[in-house]
Amino acid sequence: MLKLYRFLKQYSLYIAVIIVFLFAQVLSDLYLPTLMADIVDKGLANQDINYILKIGGFMLLIAAGGTLCAIMATYLSSKTAVGFGKILREKIFAKVESFSLHEFDKFGTATLITRTTNDVTQIQQVSVLILSMMITAPLTCIGGVIMALQQDRSLAWVLVVTIPILFLVIGMTLKRGLPLFKVMQEKIDKLNLVLREKLTGIRVVRAFNRIEKERVRFDDANADLMDNAVKVNIIMAVLMPAMMLIMNLTTVALVWFGALRIEDGSMQIGSLLAFIQYATQILFSLLMLVMLFIMVPRAQVSAVRINEVLEANLDIIDPEKSNTANNEGGFVEFKEVSFRYPGADQPALNKITFSAKPGELTAIIGGTGSGKSTLVNLITRFYDVENGSVLVDGVDVREMSQKALRAKIGFVPQKTVLFSGTIAENIKYGKENATMEELEQAARVAQATEFVSGLEAGFDHHIAQGGTNVSGGQKQRLSIARALIRKPEIYIFDDSFSALDFKTSAKLRAALKPEVLDATVFIIAQSVSTVRDADRIIVLDDGQISGMGTHKELLNTCKVYREIVASQLSEEELA
Amino acid sequence: MSEERKVDKPQQGVFGGRSGGPAGSLGKPVEKAKDFKGTLFRLLSYLKPQRTRFITVFIFAILGTIFSIVGPKIMSKAITKIAEGFGAKMMALKMHQPIPSMDFTYIGQIVLILLGLYLISAVFSYLQQYIMAGVAQKTVYNMRKEVDEKLARLPLKFFDARTHGEILSRVTNDFDNISTTLQQSLTQLITSIVTILGVVVMMLSISPLLTLIVILTLPLYVAVTMNIAKHSQKNFAAQQKSLGQLNGHVEEMYTGHRIVKAYGREDESITTFNAINEQLYTAGYKAQFISGIIMPLMRFVGNLGYVIVCVVGGIFATRGAITIGDILAFIQYSRQFTMPIVQTANIANIIQSTVASAERVFELLDESEELPDSADAKVIAFPKGEVRFENVDFSYKEEEPLIKNMNIDVKQGHTIAIVGPTGAGKTTLVNLLMRFYEIGAGKITIDGVDIRDIKRGSLRSMFGMVLQDTWLFNGTIMENIAYGREGATEEEVIQATRAAHAHHFIKTLPDGYNTILNEEASNISQGQKQLLTIARAILADPSILILDEATSSVDSRTEVYIQKAMTELMNGRTSFVIAHRLSTIRDAELILVMNKGSIIEMGNHNDLLAQNGFYADLYNSQFAGANLENDVV
Repeated sequence: MLKLYRFLKQYSLYIAVIIVFLFAQVLSDLYLPTLMADIVDKGLANQDINYILKIGGFMLLIAAGGTLCAIMATYLSSKTAVGFGKILREKIFAKVESFSLHEFDKFGTATLITRTTNDVTQIQQVSVLILSMMITAPLTCIGGVIMALQQDRSLAWVLVVTIPILFLVIGMTLKRGLPLFKVMQEKIDKLNLVLREKLTGIRVVRAFNRIEKERVRFDDANADLMDNAVKVNIIMAVLMPAMMLIMNLTTVALVWFGALRIEDGSMQIGSLLAFIQYATQILFSLLMLVMLFIMVPRAQVSAVRINEVLEANLDIIDPEKSNTANNEGGFVEFKEVSFRYPGADQPALNKITFSAKPGELTAIIGGTGSGKSTLVNLITRFYDVENGSVLVDGVDVREMSQKALRAKIGFVPQKTVLFSGTIAENIKYGKENATMEELEQAARVAQATEFVSGLEAGFDHHIAQGGTNVSGGQKQRLSIARALIRKPEIYIFDDSFSALDFKTSAKLRAALKPEVLDATVFIIAQSVSTVRDADRIIVLDDGQISGMGTHKELLNTCKVYREIVASQLSEEELA
Repeated sequence: MSEERKVDKPQQGVFGGRSGGPAGSLGKPVEKAKDFKGTLFRLLSYLKPQRTRFITVFIFAILGTIFSIVGPKIMSKAITKIAEGFGAKMMALKMHQPIPSMDFTYIGQIVLILLGLYLISAVFSYLQQYIMAGVAQKTVYNMRKEVDEKLARLPLKFFDARTHGEILSRVTNDFDNISTTLQQSLTQLITSIVTILGVVVMMLSISPLLTLIVILTLPLYVAVTMNIAKHSQKNFAAQQKSLGQLNGHVEEMYTGHRIVKAYGREDESITTFNAINEQLYTAGYKAQFISGIIMPLMRFVGNLGYVIVCVVGGIFATRGAITIGDILAFIQYSRQFTMPIVQTANIANIIQSTVASAERVFELLDESEELPDSADAKVIAFPKGEVRFENVDFSYKEEEPLIKNMNIDVKQGHTIAIVGPTGAGKTTLVNLLMRFYEIGAGKITIDGVDIRDIKRGSLRSMFGMVLQDTWLFNGTIMENIAYGREGATEEEVIQATRAAHAHHFIKTLPDGYNTILNEEASNISQGQKQLLTIARAILADPSILILDEATSSVDSRTEVYIQKAMTELMNGRTSFVIAHRLSTIRDAELILVMNKGSIIEMGNHNDLLAQNGFYADLYNSQFAGANLENDVV
């Protein structure tokens, strides 16, 4: 958590002022009992009503001044804490945006979202507390002790006894309670898991008649959670009554020993009253401090998670002096490329060598996990090769700037992603300053015109977040249009026709052909019918090229390809 | 994504439940229940079984508070005694008389009484919280259980109309809310009210006039709170809005990370983010500031009362109208006044949002259930699997009829192929056959018995399902397959996996059959999952099958296994197949052609081709089309 506070630098002046204000506020709070003691010891003893009124007015002034300080401090600390949250979010987001897919996958989307949003909010909340109570509590404690000592020194030993007892009680409770708190979250997660599974599998649960079994499973998790919650609350039940008891007994002890001191004549009655109030303030501030120390570990978890993101090493960075590729128009070459996902035993790609010229269609086919998507992700430099090199237009992709490289590429991913916004905005994502004609042309080729014009708002139709208001096939067509509008040198279609029915898919591919005439095209496909006319089919098997050539060649030379074909086409089609 | 995150919220605080200090929820907009009173009473009715304990808690809470409130009043006697002794001593000093000793026996007695009082008070509040732990958690447990059992009785219509996140959030977040309120806020409310009342009574007994002064500060508290609440609502709403936008943007950009990168749009994405972040900052610090000054202002009002008590008390004391001990007691009381007032305002908000939570839970509990099985529901012991649809009408929404007057007659062992474009609503058939949804008119019979006269359990056990969204749960592979049949032995499971061609791959996993599938079962491939579900269906040995042939994103060799396993499974059983393979369709006794949810054509392959309608079109493009595409890319 402390590590994160380095981002507070620009707020150091604010923080200094906050501390001053809070100190003034604490002083005003602490000064009041002393003034009250004056009223009792001087005003009352001398029956001096004027004095009482004067001190009273003074007290009001002090109280008002303290409040003013508190408000100013609150203003500044709100700005600081919320500003701190802003800075954190900014840094995290910028960092995540610079992540390569490898770093991104290492974390996972869900947790990155949580880290950027919830975790920061958590830290921000705690920072607000730190900037108020965490500062006032120790100040009050120290100030209280000083003021109390000024009233009377020898009564202080009562505090010397009670404060350790207070800490002991808190310590013991927390020692037993905190582990249970940790388990608590696990039990809640477990309950959620069971419930989520029941919901996603509801048809199966009912089809297999396992309602009863699932009920028991839920009940177990539920009872487990209840048991733990009861345990936690029973332990915590000790805390508040014990605190109050200690505080009250301290007061009683002060009265008794104070009486003895007054009897000695070494203390005045007003001082005793003030002392009692100081003692209460001291104990309260300690209690506050303890509560904060309970909250901080929770924020600590968030801080650690945020730091992990901020400190993640980027493994794909632009070269200091980037090389611009000459104008060969999308020549892609793999030289002995091997790649392995971090931590994997087996390379995902092994010694891949091939080249693809502009105007050529290269199809990649193979089973799941054979490395098809990995291969194209190396062209976009989403990952860096382990050995060998990927060249685009004769330049190693690691020597180009990522921006320049990706500007050459139109990428259509396997999992279609659209952003919230209009259809036009989504397609123009590929080329910001595209004209209306270009937009319409891209849509036409992607076979999207028909359904877009069927929508009331046409291209201005608003796509909901995650593209939930268009069908899978429509999404895919828009995603293709987005790539087309760029008119890139290299096209990558990663299984991009899967959600289209055969007719549309065939029409789309027919319309595509003249569009991509001069480009280097890569198509990853599952079905033989999609790839059979490619200039080059690369058959991947377990990360290795097990065959490369045209459909006809491969039928004769590649066993894996024949197997794939056999599983998809009926005999008469094979013939 | 967003639905998961709702659940993923940080655990509740240790003290007071909600973070942000004692005035944490003050000033924030509160969610209101539609029927506050009704829901509140219904929520309280859940405490009924624990009435005795609950009442005990209340009595203990009241006693605990009273004992601690009496304290200062009694202590004031000791202080007064000390002051008297002190005064007497001064007098004696002035008069040069022997200094009288203080009445230590009296003070000692009072100290002992106080010790006792505080001890008893502490014991009571401890017991109260101790008992409440059981009461609250048990109540929430029961409610959660009731919801779960309710979910089991709800028709699928309910689940299909809602996201999982929506339902999950009720069982977790809303219950979290209810549980914290029952555990803490309820008793806090009681103690706060008792404290306020008790303090007023005690103050009255000391000095009615001073009490009046202190009570006069009350409207100030109200004014401060109301004013701030009014101002802060606006800012909190703005903050909430920006936060929503920010979360939305983050979620979108992160899920689309690959696209953002591929299209080189990182900078734009960051610019948008920073703009929203700036808005959030402006709204956020204002909201934070306004809710932050509540406490200082409250404290100021408290101090105001304190000063007035000191001054007026002091003046009274000079006239002998009040003792010093009383002033101290009064100061202590007026200090005790502030917290419960803030707390009560706070708790009022908490209770409102809790009732809103409870209302959502009750809404769920009030949903209409599946029709229960009739008392004389039948069990077909050895089903043959002959399915008939007679004049069946069905629709999800009344105004959009999907199936009208459908008649089919399926003999034992027949295969019915269902074909149509994606999203044609093929699950509708599953829904009807397994009686997940009720038909509008007509009847569906199995072996001549109306499915509405068959016990649901018995009906569903006649079916085996192998669908594309294979559902596997977090558990071992063994457990997942054994799910198919209650009490299946290990040998039977292995036999089933062998038949499903899954045995081999399971054996290659490091933990074999004991491999635990993780939450999304992402530790095995899609095709392997499908093999497991086939094994599960084989183990269940149903007489009617519902199969989805789709094997997208499965590699071709696994696909071969899957198809082999499916063919073996279908042997001799009546099968409804969502067909993708030409051979299945051609060999099927009956083909149902579906489009946009309704069945538009029906017949065997040759009949349908002869009709030259939708099916013929589909067939020509999808299957014969493979030869056509020489002219495309």
